[in-house]
Amino acid sequence: MPRLARRAVAVLLVLLLGLMPLLAAVLPEDRSDALYHAYNGGGLEVNGPSILLRKQVGKSSSLSANYYVDSITSATIDVITAASPYTEKRTEKSVGVDYVFNKSIMSTGYTNSIENDFDAQSAFFNISQNMFGDLTTVSLGYARGWDVITKTGDPDFKEKANRQSYSLGITQVLTKNLLMAFNFQTITDEGFLNNPYRSVRYLDPTSASGYSFEPEVYPRTRTSNAAALRAIYYLPYRASVHGEYRYFSDDWGIRAFNAGVGYTHPIGGHWLLDFKYRYYEQSKADFYSDLFPYAQAQNYLARDKEMSSYSNQTIGFGMSYQIFPKGLRFIDKGSINLKYDYLMFEYDDFRNITKTGYAPGKEPLYEFTASVTQLFFSIWY
Amino acid sequence: MIRLAARTILLTMTVFALGGCGIKPWVKPYERHILADPIMNFSRDPVSAAYETHVYQARESARGAEGSQGGGCGCN
Repeated sequence: MPRLARRAVAVLLVLLLGLMPLLAAVLPEDRSDALYHAYNGGGLEVNGPSILLRKQVGKSSSLSANYYVDSITSATIDVITAASPYTEKRTEKSVGVDYVFNKSIMSTGYTNSIENDFDAQSAFFNISQNMFGDLTTVSLGYARGWDVITKTGDPDFKEKANRQSYSLGITQVLTKNLLMAFNFQTITDEGFLNNPYRSVRYLDPTSASGYSFEPEVYPRTRTSNAAALRAIYYLPYRASVHGEYRYFSDDWGIRAFNAGVGYTHPIGGHWLLDFKYRYYEQSKADFYSDLFPYAQAQNYLARDKEMSSYSNQTIGFGMSYQIFPKGLRFIDKGSINLKYDYLMFEYDDFRNITKTGYAPGKEPLYEFTASVTQLFFSIWY
Repeated sequence: MIRLAARTILLTMTVFALGGCGIKPWVKPYERHILADPIMNFSRDPVSAAYETHVYQARESARGAEGSQGGGCGCN
């Protein structure tokens, strides 16, 4: 595939550069955003800023830069049952450029993410093309990622993981009120893919609790596919309703889908209200078990709750208030935005072993809720 | 499945090559003011969309086809 994909992209570039006349595509708007985010749930607190700047340069290019921080305090169930609570900070910096050429936009970017025990670099190239009277936009993307994983307290531990991603997107104007989008993405990983701190548990009659822990072992390759369909429809009284469905599968045996609906309702000339609901469900990885029968029970072992069978639901609300409607100096307009999401996770085969007085494997199933808050300020210029 | 992705890309190339052909748009340019309304944007605020994608990517095994770029780490 990679060779075929490279050829496809090369031929595609030639086609795009040679064949595409007519109306121009449009670069993203010049805008800047300053966002504060806070996640709180399941013993985990993550908060920090995200600053996004975008500015057109000349007639054909737009530059963007993003600075993002996660300040993490973690005492999740995985951490308190097999390790110690910790705090850490992740800093992510991204730069990108978009270049418009007739009806095509070529985008490329680079991201660097640094934590004390996880460094990640990634780069992407994306090309999109308006066609069929500008009612259809097709985009193709390729991305690579290079991760370096280390482990606090173990200076000899150093592993790598590489990722590749191929994506296709089609956005279609169906009527003057209805837009649809289809996205497909294949991602392949190779290298150390598990969390070096996570453990699995197995029955151990010699232990007072009846079980003991040993490190997780994941396969060193993973390939996944995801396909999504989205639609957004304009209601006659100036409001919009949107929906989405995504199906996911990978070669670890995980199957998942999520579906969601949302509604956007303007009030007067200044306010926008957003409401949304999202449901997600996945099946477990082939090598996941909450409780293995004995140590080293199989080649691959996982008890990470993200590898289990579970579902979650999100109820979300957002409000946006437009400021500077007539502009202010170099600013064309601005907005102040508040978003709140409430998430509910229910696990089907991950047990809450902080509950005592139960036989191994008979503990109550784990569940938790989380709040996600975003407050951000945006200006267009 | 990877071969399927390659075929998909080749098919898309063909569609790209046909993009200049004369299909008459059934939504006229003067009818597009509705589609240009910000409330008709799949991700109206990119900084917020990227964060929300990251929140789910860090907690769900499913990944990809989100329609917006997420963060890079597997933090828990």
